[in-house]
Amino acid sequence: MAPHTEQLTRPAVQLRSLTRSFEDRTVLDGIDLDIPAGQFVALLGHSGSGKSTLLRAIAGLDHNVAGSGHLTAPERVSVVFQDSRLLPWRRVLDNVLLGTDGQDKGRAALAEVGLKGRERAWPSELSGGEAQRAALARSLVREPELLLADEPFGALDALTRIRMHGLLRQLWQRHQPSVLLVTHDVDEAIVLADRVLVLDSGRIGVDLTIDRPHPRSYRDPLLGEYREQLLAALGVVEDPA
Amino acid sequence: MSTSASTSTSTTTSTTTTATTTATAPLDTEARDTPRSRRRGLSPGRRLPATRLIGPALLLALWAAASAAGQLDPGAIPAPWTVVRTAGHLWSAGTLPTDILTSLERAAYGFAIGLTAGVVLALASGLSRVGEALIDGTVNLNRAIPTLGLIPLFILWLGIGEAFKIAIIAIVVYIPIYLNTHAALSGIDSRFVELAEVQGLSRLQFVRKIVVPGALPGFFVGLRLGVTGSWLGLVVLEQINATSGLGYMMFQAQNYGQSDVILVGLLVYGVFGLISDSVVRLIERRVLSWRRTLSS
Repeated sequence: MAPHTEQLTRPAVQLRSLTRSFEDRTVLDGIDLDIPAGQFVALLGHSGSGKSTLLRAIAGLDHNVAGSGHLTAPERVSVVFQDSRLLPWRRVLDNVLLGTDGQDKGRAALAEVGLKGRERAWPSELSGGEAQRAALARSLVREPELLLADEPFGALDALTRIRMHGLLRQLWQRHQPSVLLVTHDVDEAIVLADRVLVLDSGRIGVDLTIDRPHPRSYRDPLLGEYREQLLAALGVVEDPA
Repeated sequence: MSTSASTSTSTTTSTTTTATTTATAPLDTEARDTPRSRRRGLSPGRRLPATRLIGPALLLALWAAASAAGQLDPGAIPAPWTVVRTAGHLWSAGTLPTDILTSLERAAYGFAIGLTAGVVLALASGLSRVGEALIDGTVNLNRAIPTLGLIPLFILWLGIGEAFKIAIIAIVVYIPIYLNTHAALSGIDSRFVELAEVQGLSRLQFVRKIVVPGALPGFFVGLRLGVTGSWLGLVVLEQINATSGLGYMMFQAQNYGQSDVILVGLLVYGVFGLISDSVVRLIERRVLSWRRTLSS
């Protein structure tokens, strides 16, 4: 469980002066970034800072977006969106197996996210948390080398979110994909990731390695220091009162 | 998992509380609701069996009552039992079955052609920009022309036999099927398109697993309009150089002042229209069982 030892191997994601712009607005302004295989990275930034644009660029979803630069990403990439994006007309298991086959693999993935027995349910019968678990199972079943997650817990309630954090971390430890988690939640980033990036005006402003053992607690005082550092980078000043 | 466990315990506690309240004060059921009455539901409520027949049955009862009371002129609106008796005569004479079969055949052929054309054109125009450029405007132009106005032209082209009747019915059917299916196809959520890209679906898989099932609700709306349309077109078409068929039977009856025969014809149209619509609804509910809407 030491992802840092793998840094010597070829990085999973490699960006060199990556630029993306919409009309005359430059959203990504020459980004250089290496993500080693198996590293858990969180990407923070204000809304509109280009977090999603970066993620979509790595996912290859930015058709018709002007840009330049060099980008390498692994072959097997999975994406988890903010909404679970389950097809309402396919049962949960069929949703998990969208684009692949292997009933048993799908069942195993569902069991892994705690949805054993819900294979035949319709997506409309799932709660928000369950739907997002099913979406996680769908991304896992493809055994991704890179997991891209675009604010995957943003729409969940606080309790469900905490449980999902534990689940995501567990799944990461078992399958060891590289993870790029886009989030606006500083605490989420600190608790989950081994490395936190802050995107600011199209560039990576802060690149922070969080060297604390897992599982981490929100109350860990050392994490508090990271937290202050990141909030400062995001331009948030905490009111002492 | 821990939450689901806690929810189940909380449910048990609440049930026990209710149980105790009812045990101590069994007459208190209404009072229990007073501190916080339930919100009024906005869904129309549970579906009752055969409720759709209540309206027609009521209408029939009114008609029978008015006839029995002598309030209706039997020459203009004969009593229901006269209509039934006439239907019996026509049936045993063998003309009614022949007329029904002829009409059914015309409607079925026209409907089958219209359905195929509507679906194929909608797919071609919904799935490719070239197809849309060629087809969508043309269909909308066709829609702007009243279909029954095409009858004279079609008679010149196809002769005054069966072909033009079937062609007109096909046009009446294909337009609503095309319009609704095409609208549903172009309304497919772009988020699902993105999902298909992420999951690495091929174009064929994308169409089969996302586009077609996503467009089905719209298709069924078109299908229901089309089914009804095929019967509507028939009435008009069977006035023109027909020697059998329900429309023919009714217009013959008009010449001889047989209002009961006209009503028999209308009754048969009504029954078939209702049956075909119900069949489509039934299929729709089976196929779209994943939907939770007001109607379910």
